[in-house]
Amino acid sequence: MENHVLLVAPLALPLIIASLGMMAYKSRAAQRSIAIVGAVGQVIVAALLFQRIWEESIIVAQMGNWAAPFGISLVGDTFSGIMVLAVAVTSLAIFIYSLADIDEKREHYGYYPALALLTMAVNGTLLTGDVFNMFVWFELMLISAFMLLSIGNTREQLDGTVKYVVINLFSSAVFLLGIALLYGIVGSLNMADIAVKLEGYDNPGLITSISILFMVAFGLKAAVFPLFFWLPASYHTPPVAISAFFAGILTKVAIYVIARFYTLIFIQDVGYTHTILLWVGGLTMVIGVLGAAAQYEFRKILSIHIVSQIGYMIMGIALFTPMAILGTVFFVVNQIFVKMNLFLISGIANRLGGSFELKELGGLYKNYIWLGVMFLISAFSLAGFPPMSGFWAKFALIYAGLEIQAWVIVGVALGVSLLTLFSMVKIWAFAFWKPLPEGHSADTSDYKLRISTSNLLLLAMPVLLLTLLTILIGIFPEYLYAVSERAAEQLMGRTEYIEAVLRP
Amino acid sequence: MEILLAITVGVLFASSIYLLLKRSLVRVVIGVLILSNAVNLAFFTMGRLTRGEPPLIAADEYVAAAGVANALPQALILTAIVIGFGLFAFALALIYRYYLATGNLQSDKMADAETPVADKFALANKEGE
Repeated sequence: MENHVLLVAPLALPLIIASLGMMAYKSRAAQRSIAIVGAVGQVIVAALLFQRIWEESIIVAQMGNWAAPFGISLVGDTFSGIMVLAVAVTSLAIFIYSLADIDEKREHYGYYPALALLTMAVNGTLLTGDVFNMFVWFELMLISAFMLLSIGNTREQLDGTVKYVVINLFSSAVFLLGIALLYGIVGSLNMADIAVKLEGYDNPGLITSISILFMVAFGLKAAVFPLFFWLPASYHTPPVAISAFFAGILTKVAIYVIARFYTLIFIQDVGYTHTILLWVGGLTMVIGVLGAAAQYEFRKILSIHIVSQIGYMIMGIALFTPMAILGTVFFVVNQIFVKMNLFLISGIANRLGGSFELKELGGLYKNYIWLGVMFLISAFSLAGFPPMSGFWAKFALIYAGLEIQAWVIVGVALGVSLLTLFSMVKIWAFAFWKPLPEGHSADTSDYKLRISTSNLLLLAMPVLLLTLLTILIGIFPEYLYAVSERAAEQLMGRTEYIEAVLRP
Repeated sequence: MEILLAITVGVLFASSIYLLLKRSLVRVVIGVLILSNAVNLAFFTMGRLTRGEPPLIAADEYVAAAGVANALPQALILTAIVIGFGLFAFALALIYRYYLATGNLQSDKMADAETPVADKFALANKEGE
């Protein structure tokens, strides 16, 4: 297939799936089968795209055949390629999980089309090479996310959505303002072209202040330290399949965008911007993990842990060495699988144990040893226990920190890992290890009272898939390492990206 | 003219931040609307302001004459206005639904996400209908 077909396919396929799903609005069975077929198709398309990117390094398509700085370019480099692949695999997992997790009413409100549109918007953000186009993809991501958050209209969902909507509209406005000022200076919207034109610009102070605008806009989306409060307030409210998708993918897309902007465009004053990022990263790690220590609800612990993990990714970008960027790429990809898996497990634990509150759960390990094992694998991977996948991600980041003698951030990262382990052990001890609390009505030993066997299988299948991926990344880290290494090379050596996009 | 628009943008930003910090959700949503308009106006100003010079390229030229207003930011804010309008409509509908479900429009009394609900999978009754 031609490069441009491969680059457009991850955007076109979810759009077709969503449209078909909307046309089959009345038939539940049709909607479900369309969604699953579409998700499988997306994995195939993403795999083909990644294979092509791996062969040809950076592939570019100019939309409408307008030459580079004038039209919209779609760019696939190794980082965006592996992200699109990870998103496709995880969204397949989410679609399967949704079959059992999402109730009939929500399906009738158009759950599957909204989820397909969300994956389209995520892919668009990952593949675009144009800042204004990225803004539009971000807005599409927002409106689908709003719909998914509020679908079903429960009180708590509406509450969470109001907070999410207001803060995200604010961040979009800041993003657009940043684009406006940047356009006023360089007169271009193509990211590679902006990077070239900024090299000769003689007022770096102005660029730095614009870069802070972008930092605020993306920081809000990524939930970094002073701007993360909306995340623990909203991510635990919708059904598990939706929170898992948000937790696994949306904040990581913002990290991808930060990595792109702060390695390609805003590198005029690295000493200033990346020092801010380093502080932000360190504080994000610490605050996130301390917040989790205070929570006793399964999903709230996991949601606020997202914030803590975001800190590690920001740390890698802030250290700004090839090794550190490598660590960030590895960490982001690994986190997508692990964090989503933990959320999905929390959903199964809720179905089997009847609650998300740790104090009301119990005896899960005794009755469902498979769930306990899968939770342990993901939890230890999150905390960075060797030989789990999270260990290699943290190893790369900490090695990068030691290389440039950033002792403080390395110390913080190691300490936060320990506290992460504490939170995970807390969930383990409360939900899996301890006996069921006295006077609790739920009979955890018999799941059939709560969920049918076929539905439980549908819930367990994606969890098994993601756990296997985590184990595979843990045992064979060299493959993801090689991918991350090439992604880091392309991010740090910007000329390859710029030349690929602007090549006539 | 740029000075006048810059001041207008500043005033719009100030009033939108003021409204965003209010407790009433209706004012917060109006603040979001004003914010997106302030940004659009700032974007508009970025594309140069000239009077009586159409952005047309002469028949034998490849670029427009110097000093002509740039038409691209105007096209871009047209997109941004449409997107902003759609999101604003959604936000209005959302706070209306929120009001129907809870009878509350004060942001400091929003605690529904923090109080555990017995059955998370049951859809709420459509209150107020």
